[in-house]
Amino acid sequence: MSVRVPLPRWVDVALLPILNVVLAFLIGGLIVLSVGQNPLEAVGYMIYGAFGYGSGFGYTLYYTTDFIFAGLAVSLAFHAGMFNIGPEGQAYVAGLGVIIVALLLNGLHWALMFPLMITAGGLFGAFWAFIPGYLQAKRGSHIVITTILFNFIAISLMGYVITKILKPAGVDSDESAPIQAISRVPQLREFFALFKNSPVNLTFLLAIVALFFVYWLVWRTKFGYAMRTLGRNPTAARYAGISSSRMIMTTMALSGALAAMVAVNNVGGVQGRLILNFVAGAGFVGVAVAFMGKAHPVGVALASLLFGALYQGGQELAFSMPGITREMIVTIQALVILFTGAMGDMLRIPLEKLFARWQRTAGGG
Amino acid sequence: MMQYFNDLVLIFDSTVRLAVPLILACLAGLYSERSGIVDIGLEGKLLGAAFAAAAMAAVSGSPWLGLLAGIGVALCMSAIHGIASINLKGDQTISGVALNFLAAGLTTFLGQSWFHRGGFTPQLSADQRFNPITLPFAEQLKDVPIIGEIYWELISGHNILTYVAFIAVPVTAFVLFKTRFGLRLRAVGENPKALDTAGMSVSWLRYQALIITAVLVGIGGTYLSIAQSAGFNNNMSAGRGYIALAALIFAKWKPWPALLVCLLFGFLDAMQFRLQGIKFPVIGEVPVQAIQALPYVLTIILLAGFIGRAVAPKASGIPYTKER
Amino acid sequence: MATQTSSKQRLETAAASAPAIELRGINKHFGAVHANRDIDLIVRRGTVHGIVGENGAGKSTLMSILYGFYTADSGQILVNGQPHAITDSRHALALGIGMVHQHFMLVENFSVLENVVLGAEDSPLLGKTLAHARAQLKRLATDYGLEVDPDAIIEDLSVGQQQRVEILKALYRGAEILILDEPTGVLTPAEADHLFRILRTLRDEGKTILLITHKLREIMAITDEVSVMRQGAMVKTLVTAQTSPPELAEAMVGRRVLLRVEKGPAAPGKVMLEVQNLVVTDDFGIPRVKDISFSVRAGEIVGIAGVSGNGQSELLEAISGMRDQLLGTVMLNGEPLSLRGDDGAARARLAGLAHVPEDRQRMGLVTVFQEWENSILGYHHEYGSGLGLDIAKAKAEAKERIAKFDIRPANSDLKTANFSGGNQQKIVLAREMEGNPDVLIVGQPTRGVDIGAIEFIHNQIIKMRDAGKAILLVSVELDEIRSLSDRILVLFDGHIVGEADPATADEGELGLLMAGVTKDGHAPDAGPGTVPAHETLIEKNLTEMSPQDNKDKSGLDE
Repeated sequence: MSVRVPLPRWVDVALLPILNVVLAFLIGGLIVLSVGQNPLEAVGYMIYGAFGYGSGFGYTLYYTTDFIFAGLAVSLAFHAGMFNIGPEGQAYVAGLGVIIVALLLNGLHWALMFPLMITAGGLFGAFWAFIPGYLQAKRGSHIVITTILFNFIAISLMGYVITKILKPAGVDSDESAPIQAISRVPQLREFFALFKNSPVNLTFLLAIVALFFVYWLVWRTKFGYAMRTLGRNPTAARYAGISSSRMIMTTMALSGALAAMVAVNNVGGVQGRLILNFVAGAGFVGVAVAFMGKAHPVGVALASLLFGALYQGGQELAFSMPGITREMIVTIQALVILFTGAMGDMLRIPLEKLFARWQRTAGGG
Repeated sequence: MMQYFNDLVLIFDSTVRLAVPLILACLAGLYSERSGIVDIGLEGKLLGAAFAAAAMAAVSGSPWLGLLAGIGVALCMSAIHGIASINLKGDQTISGVALNFLAAGLTTFLGQSWFHRGGFTPQLSADQRFNPITLPFAEQLKDVPIIGEIYWELISGHNILTYVAFIAVPVTAFVLFKTRFGLRLRAVGENPKALDTAGMSVSWLRYQALIITAVLVGIGGTYLSIAQSAGFNNNMSAGRGYIALAALIFAKWKPWPALLVCLLFGFLDAMQFRLQGIKFPVIGEVPVQAIQALPYVLTIILLAGFIGRAVAPKASGIPYTKER
Repeated sequence: MATQTSSKQRLETAAASAPAIELRGINKHFGAVHANRDIDLIVRRGTVHGIVGENGAGKSTLMSILYGFYTADSGQILVNGQPHAITDSRHALALGIGMVHQHFMLVENFSVLENVVLGAEDSPLLGKTLAHARAQLKRLATDYGLEVDPDAIIEDLSVGQQQRVEILKALYRGAEILILDEPTGVLTPAEADHLFRILRTLRDEGKTILLITHKLREIMAITDEVSVMRQGAMVKTLVTAQTSPPELAEAMVGRRVLLRVEKGPAAPGKVMLEVQNLVVTDDFGIPRVKDISFSVRAGEIVGIAGVSGNGQSELLEAISGMRDQLLGTVMLNGEPLSLRGDDGAARARLAGLAHVPEDRQRMGLVTVFQEWENSILGYHHEYGSGLGLDIAKAKAEAKERIAKFDIRPANSDLKTANFSGGNQQKIVLAREMEGNPDVLIVGQPTRGVDIGAIEFIHNQIIKMRDAGKAILLVSVELDEIRSLSDRILVLFDGHIVGEADPATADEGELGLLMAGVTKDGHAPDAGPGTVPAHETLIEKNLTEMSPQDNKDKSGLDE
């Protein structure tokens, strides 16, 4: 019933998403306020913790690395019209691929080991995403449900593998044998003293490469064209002779391979071993990152940095303000998904009215 | 022989206990999906309701106030889902996922802020919980072989929420197929425009469905924390919302089949506890993780091949837009 | 069924009382589109009032406002002389206004009875309501000849029967004024005929009927008065008996249009497309195309005529590789096409088959894409070697086509959704024709396209034929089929029931074929919509217009 005037492009791609994110944080702030804590003080601690000193910044970039990969995984599937909620499980299973190759060739120089870890982890992650893709393409099982279920199965599977197979005798904690130092992905502090004792490693550069790769793949290749056609209009894809089953399976495998790099970052770059539940929610953050970044690599990069800062800042916060737990970040994550994803148009209508009025006064004056 | 019978009755008894939250969540999902709203957020609603019920019961001492709080939280979450998917015509799956994270984050955060027990709520005493009810004559009939035993162990001795869950099944079947509301509910999930052109509000009908969903799933969450357990712990819904959703698909969105599928999943869950630590000939001990994953694996196998043509309500997941 | 009173008498009687409906100065905007401009309209009680206009003239919008589905931006509605602000459909129903929508508003897996009572239930429990409705339906059936099995499930009914359910719904709610939006679009001539008889009965019982259509024949056949709309405005209201199809056509279009397609004789060459014993099922496994064989030669246009829903869509989709055929062979240039799998369309295209789909927005375009992106849909493999997409080449070719096909606005970076229907169709046509195919299959080429573009599109199709391409044309617009085709095949219930020469075939004969009645007088397969032969004779007044008139208005429908 309302007269709808399309918004200027900059409002659509920049202002609206930013306002949505701001709204999510405002509500997060109100929740913090409601338990009697000062949100501004909390933000102060978080900013300091995330960017205020070298190793804090290093940790921020380390988390950012994880989130870029998980966010790209969700984004890529999204362009083909699928909602992959499974990066968590895909990254977890990929850890198995990374540790297998690392322990088999333990002692190999990292320059050789790094690509091998990427390949092996990528294959395992791709496989774990390929199955839901296959089930969707060939059996019609809904990808949202199957990727959720595969997260649960991954937990059981990896729990068994780590505690019953990989755990060396005489070790108490649930983890695999360690990878030798020479085989681990080198940390950036070896090149830049700035990062002190933070875990950010070469995988971060791989994440930057992945951002460019995904942009090229989606917008500059025939494959990406076919993928976007399928995502936007499956009937038109069929009309164009684009095989949806092949696209779904390939895209899911690629998506899983991207999520798998979270395992390279953690297992190969930081822990040097496979630890129970090492993904720790990074895959789920990818969902928020993808929505916030509108599935575009630039958006994903910015959103990942924001969440990286939140995670690192949240650590600092938990030390300085014991009343606030890190789970507040999960709440923020939920609010970001809600406001940028499901309620993304809430501010659109008032903004449209505002701009229509501006145009009228500008035109009439 | 009698030993096996006793075992069987005990397994069925725990089947019933484990199926209750599934039945409630599954029927909850049924109302919402029949109205055309996909509800991935059942998991989060279960969790949120479980936390609210336990927190309220611990603070007030009354399980009934706990129940009220559980339903209240589920209603709030349904309201968010409704605003996102009915008013703003947003993506229902995304909204549901967001609600699940919201519940996971807030329950832990608030739990820690309020009770300082690492996310747990205080342990509830018997009078702060819903306790087993002994049905009439159960005591007397206890020793009657078979029938008396079944009555005493299986049918009697559950808490009130269990009976609510089982009564909800025939009530839902009646509402859905024998009442004006049910007719409209089924219609709005199939062809909302047919209702709109007949002068009815699609939004209001869908909100009504979401309210019923919230009440049922709120009871389900309450059951988890203050009937089945004596308090809330982190992530205690543990995927039951998703399993209920899968059960709903198997049951083809019909109430009686939903009951059967939920009982089946409850039975699997019950067997999981029974089989732990038992050494089988040839295969040896079945890893606990394998039993844990079984319901999920089974769900996937069923989803992939055996559900036949489960046709969802036609308008399911599609926001209703009147304007062209 | 004879009418008791003449149209003139009815109008005179009606003039004595307040009009059933009076609209004053109705305005409605959708975004930048001014769908209704200052509409005034008077509909007299107990008459059939026609509203004609091209697609997009604003007819449906106006009726939706009257029915309370949309709210007017300004203006006044008077029902039986009393002003009312109709805010929703419930309000309209309470005022006795019922509407039969173009796309039926029925719940497909509900029974007739359930659909009729939906929203008009008189008690919270269904049992009583349904019993009451059952008795009511029986009475309505005998009063108006509206027989439908109350327990039948909607999706099992023929389209004509579903429409009867819609009318029953309105009458059950006590409608005195009945609006019908393009009611014959999906009906066979026989079903349309049956509908008109029902409408006459309703009128004779004192109901007022508003008939929206773009088919002049129907206006001439059944209405007492007719109002013409053009580009959102009401042009004029005429007494039907005092006007003629050419006058109405001119009022609708606003200028004299040349409605005949100029084309020379065909010079058919060798067989390019051959379909042998094709059987195709729909999404539910029900056969829709039943053992069809035909061929198309180079340099000829073969038209498939038929009422929509008789297997046309499935036929097009099977030949173009969008739907797995069940049995049979499709030969292209003497080679069998392998169309199985979800990439069958790619192999068909590779073999030299181009396809202009029936529903361009659903199939032929990705409306959120930029124009140049749609200009390569299905041909994207030809742009760039290796993995990369040669965007510069795609954009350059898109620009050439924009110029050649006069696509407006001439901007290859614009989002496709922002082009008009006619220009979107040109984007699809340009893409499919410029690929230099051997065979072109075209579905509903001018559906929802404005008059100017229709002429252009028809001429392009003829040009392709004259360039020696084999063309298969499917359209539910009989006039379009007749003016473009060199041969006509009639499709009914999945069978080809006849072949006709467009130069000699007469409309009545084609109409009978489309209704499934072959020359020996019975249908080949008792499909839905089949009625006894004696009922399918088209009434005199339906064919009153001379063949010359028919030709004059070809291309006007749609």
